[in-house]
Amino acid sequence: MTRKRGRGMAAVNYPTGMNLGGDPSQALIHATTTGSFVVTLSSVDLGQGLKTVMAQICAETLGVPTDNIIIDTADTDTGPHCMGTFASRGTHRIGNAIIMAAKEARAVMLEVAAEELEVDSNDLTTDGAGTIHVKGSPQKSISIFNVALAAHFKHGKSISGRGIFLQPRSYPEPETGKMTPATCYAHACTVAEVEVDTETGEVAVLSLKSAYEVGRALNPRMVEQQIIGGAWMGISHALYETTEPYYPDRAHGPVDFNQYLMPGPGDLPEFANVVIERPAADGPFGAKGVGEMTANSPIPAIANAIFDAVGVRVDSLPITPEKVLRGIRALNA
Amino acid sequence: MEYRKDYFAETQTQDLTEVGVTRQRSDALGHVTGKTQYYADRQFAGLLHLKMVRSPHHHARIKSIDVAKALKVPGVVRILTAKDVPQNIYTILCLIQVEPNDEPVLAFDKVRFKGEQIVAVLAESEAAARDAAAKVKIVYEVLPAVFDVEEALKPGAPLVNEYHGRNYFTYEGHHCRRVRHGDVERAFAKADHVVEEMYQSSPIEHAPTETTGCIVVPDQNDRYTCYSNTQALYFTLDNTALILNSPFHKLRLVGGTVGGGFGGKVDVITEPIAFLAAMLTKRPVKYEYSREEEMQVSSPRAAERIYIKDGLMKDGRITARKVTLYVDAGAYSRHSPYGTTKAAAHMPGPYTIPNVWVDCHCVYTNRTPSSAMRGFGVTIGDFALEVQMDKLARLIGMDPMEFRILNAYRDGDMKAHQKQVEGAALVECVQAAADLARWPIDDRSKTASSLKREV
Repeated sequence: MTRKRGRGMAAVNYPTGMNLGGDPSQALIHATTTGSFVVTLSSVDLGQGLKTVMAQICAETLGVPTDNIIIDTADTDTGPHCMGTFASRGTHRIGNAIIMAAKEARAVMLEVAAEELEVDSNDLTTDGAGTIHVKGSPQKSISIFNVALAAHFKHGKSISGRGIFLQPRSYPEPETGKMTPATCYAHACTVAEVEVDTETGEVAVLSLKSAYEVGRALNPRMVEQQIIGGAWMGISHALYETTEPYYPDRAHGPVDFNQYLMPGPGDLPEFANVVIERPAADGPFGAKGVGEMTANSPIPAIANAIFDAVGVRVDSLPITPEKVLRGIRALNA
Repeated sequence: MEYRKDYFAETQTQDLTEVGVTRQRSDALGHVTGKTQYYADRQFAGLLHLKMVRSPHHHARIKSIDVAKALKVPGVVRILTAKDVPQNIYTILCLIQVEPNDEPVLAFDKVRFKGEQIVAVLAESEAAARDAAAKVKIVYEVLPAVFDVEEALKPGAPLVNEYHGRNYFTYEGHHCRRVRHGDVERAFAKADHVVEEMYQSSPIEHAPTETTGCIVVPDQNDRYTCYSNTQALYFTLDNTALILNSPFHKLRLVGGTVGGGFGGKVDVITEPIAFLAAMLTKRPVKYEYSREEEMQVSSPRAAERIYIKDGLMKDGRITARKVTLYVDAGAYSRHSPYGTTKAAAHMPGPYTIPNVWVDCHCVYTNRTPSSAMRGFGVTIGDFALEVQMDKLARLIGMDPMEFRILNAYRDGDMKAHQKQVEGAALVECVQAAADLARWPIDDRSKTASSLKREV
């Protein structure tokens, strides 16, 4: 028995948003009497952290702390239309809708503050900590709490905003395929290191080292969580998973997690990740979608590492021990 | 995680305070302490359970359906067949003008894949619903089935889906989604090497912790609320209204907590029939996939077969790439026509290749319909492209990192689908990954940039 090591790499890009566009999302924002801001959406947080990132985008645009933002979502009776959470579109599409709504709300907030302070609203700025003050003289200030109270009970003004983002739909030219699939693309390169057992054909992934260009990492730890979670799925796609083990034959389909194999915690490799930011012209603070793509580069990187280790090319997924062993035997035949 | 701020340093912004900062996910503590409320945690008095009678055959004509014995099972409240569904034939992406409607909510004349839903049984308990479903008698005439994408496209192959009339989706009169850029055949003739390879994947399950499902509850004012784990509330609401011939305002979707999506919960399968059942019984109805249904009946990631033929020069330049790609859509369209176009748009990968020819086929076979899944249209394409790139680099004895950097797209290059490249950053990702993995690359590759093509 020999365990042979190898390494391989792969480089990919990934489009942000629904292919060909045409996928709007809306956001509505209003201030409460005490200066909290409610963002109303109908978008779905799948557990990737959409609500948290949307609160951060709203806070940054309004110039208030993220803790003051309440995300109210996923009810079609209250939330304006959202196409849905898929196609790496949430951060980009919904984020842009929130920026548009928050700019409108911020303008009203500054108008009210200007009336209260008896200054021009163009001379005002936010400190990001809950206060509005005259640029250059922080002592001439008013809290957002007091601005919201005054807006409601003194000025009769609604501090609110409406936002929508739509990348207009592109229709492919059927002869040539001329089209606009997306407006921005994220990028990645992964190096995989594997160890192949030449007796059993089993592959252990030892490390995955990746560089990702994501436009702007709005919440760095959540970007990293996507990269690691997606890499796990990539390992699983590369080496373990299928509902039809003898495709195109339909037989022997797994029906539970005893039969449907996936890597367990002990199969996780060492991870190292680097993030590069090249802001997208139309991204919220430059951000691109980094949701789906994180499964992609690990798969071919692992396949190429297996070849580097034992000289076997398996060009069909998943790369099972059976296929690796057959490849090794064919080499030695 | 490490930042490489030295790349694109001129575009960095210093004045952001709320974004660019890590904050804990708002749902993290609820998830890890088991306190998060999912749709199935909601309790409703008088809840009915829905179980489906499914096709045991890959392809068969339905001769008769007899529900008499099933109706006698104690606890059974109602049994639904295709006749109960107002607009039984639909396709999810009719919302973005994808035609034709090609899938029945409940099968009636034919079944086109093993596991297809035919009869819905509503009962006071899951056990009663399951017992009754087993007593529904359906007589089938088994038909020849086709499982291979290239077999399905041959003359004389069994016709899978009559609504298309042929075993492929038609793109504006074309039998596939095409991309044409330059002249691949001329470039192959002049190339130092021509390399043609085939890649294949098998269907993959999203495998969410929480299976797909919903509960529909009649409200007091002739409206219906659906608690669902869908990824797209309005996809579900709009499709359901069309299927049920219902005014849109009568329907309400509440969701937002999903125990794993990955694209599997973008389909609209459980909600329309649960809405219908709630409307007809005036009782809350739950339709939840079992683990077996989630694995074998819900849409998987499509299997793809991809042929790549490349023209390569000794100096490492790829001069032509011809891609023939088959998406195994299974029996119905669902999101596959969209994914197939996305696959075509993705080719030839993030590289500048002057001659590109792409045919992407969306093919119908007698298997579980495939649909959306994380990166569909791209993930399997990237597997094929990047293994192919490794083979090409090794063929001419070039370092695979340097080979990627040489061919990587730069700002201003023309893509095969006739868009100019903007915001490229592949070169920098390869450079940073090489640094990270201590993989030596030559000086020319180290100083390359996405901003300009070196002469």
